[in-house]
Amino acid sequence: MLKLLFSNQLYLVLAQALVAAIAAMVVVLLAHKRGIHLESETIVAMLRGIIQITAVGSILLLLLRAPRWTSIFLLAAMIIAAGATSARRAKDMPGAFRVSAWSIAFGSGSVIAIMTWLGVIDTAITSLVPVGSMLITNAMNTNGLALNRFRADVLAHAGEIETALSLGADAKHSVAPYVQAAFESSLIPAIDSLRSLGIVWIPGLMAGMLLSGARPVYAAIYQFVVLAMIFAASGLTSLVSTLLIRDGIFTAAQQLSLQPGR
Amino acid sequence: MTCSPTPDPILRSEHLGRVVNEKILVEDANFEVRTGEVLAIVGPSGSGKSSLLRLLNRLDEPTSGTVYLEGIDYRQIAPRELRRKLGMVNQRPYLFPGTVEQNLQFGPLQRGESLSKDSVEELLGRVGLKGYASRNVANLSGGEAQRVSVARTLANSPLVLLLDEPTSALDETSKREVESSLQTIVRDQGLTCILVTHDTAQAARLAGRAIVLASGRVARHGPINEVLHA
Repeated sequence: MLKLLFSNQLYLVLAQALVAAIAAMVVVLLAHKRGIHLESETIVAMLRGIIQITAVGSILLLLLRAPRWTSIFLLAAMIIAAGATSARRAKDMPGAFRVSAWSIAFGSGSVIAIMTWLGVIDTAITSLVPVGSMLITNAMNTNGLALNRFRADVLAHAGEIETALSLGADAKHSVAPYVQAAFESSLIPAIDSLRSLGIVWIPGLMAGMLLSGARPVYAAIYQFVVLAMIFAASGLTSLVSTLLIRDGIFTAAQQLSLQPGR
Repeated sequence: MTCSPTPDPILRSEHLGRVVNEKILVEDANFEVRTGEVLAIVGPSGSGKSSLLRLLNRLDEPTSGTVYLEGIDYRQIAPRELRRKLGMVNQRPYLFPGTVEQNLQFGPLQRGESLSKDSVEELLGRVGLKGYASRNVANLSGGEAQRVSVARTLANSPLVLLLDEPTSALDETSKREVESSLQTIVRDQGLTCILVTHDTAQAARLAGRAIVLASGRVARHGPINEVLHA
């Protein structure tokens, strides 16, 4: 229907963005009616998202002719931004940004490096940066989920943790169940994505490849490759972040520093 | 009620204090506990009783002063070893999921030891729960759970038992059960105890001496009857 109204491609894509944003705002209004206030956070997130992705699109256009090594700096900047975004989910936890940035860097960085070296990811900037950004984004989401769950569990079970410490347990042992729960729960989206691949959803990358004329079997298998890489990057990130943050919530004298109401 | 204390202090608090965000939780607390005696820490809500106990167990770090355990500055003792020696029982039992025996084994397992079946039964006997070893903790009453919590702490063979309002979350029947177990432990085994309670009658029943806290400071200290009737 929009195509009948707009012949200019720019106007068409802007109209499509507006319609999608309205759909998102309908959800916000429904949530508002149930007393859940997501208005400001959603509006800011959508505005940031559209500005950021448009900016990145423009930068990618410029980078098409840039040397391949410049993609390293772009990916590094993405990791730092991802660390800052993710750390906001656990801002009262000591060292949340440091933990997030290092974990995402290790998790996504190692998978990107190995897969590029093996030739699974093409070294062309137009391939490395978009695929790398997918891994970093998912690592960021997983890290945010892990930190959020770990923080909530520690605050809810401070009594149990301190009881274990009082009985002579070391700090690591006292929070082991919550580290495990945070790791497992953070990977649920990545596991569900793999499980439902092709049945519940056809991811954007595959759709894009099909639209650009790639053979469906190749597009499908490459989509699996990307999702498996996402799982690996997310899993490594969560593994590292839960271990780093675990050590960060205790003092040198093995006292729990993350406490309700402190 | 309690064994006659011997003269040597097993634990001494020297100018102990903790200030958080300019709020004084405990200030200049000076007292000592002798081997085999029961010291009650009493005072109104918010007076710093539990904060003081947490400092003694080093669950929180003092911002001033220190504690001497058997004459040694407790900062020189590894935290895990210190907490084993100063066994703590909280207001809520916080039992770990599983059986009563698994809870009793928790402390010894932390240092690579395990209790024999006989030791488990003996510990449970001390709190009046013989035959409870294989029970799931989810099926215990409040009073039973708190007594398991006491036995679990005793499984670490502590030098001093720190009791933080051990009966305040219980109904009258459960309270009497727990208090009776504590009296048995104190009377029969002469275990050194520091009991935090807002219940002065309970303090009188269990303790030989008391300190009264007010706004984080020791307002009075001495023999229980003198302190409570001052």
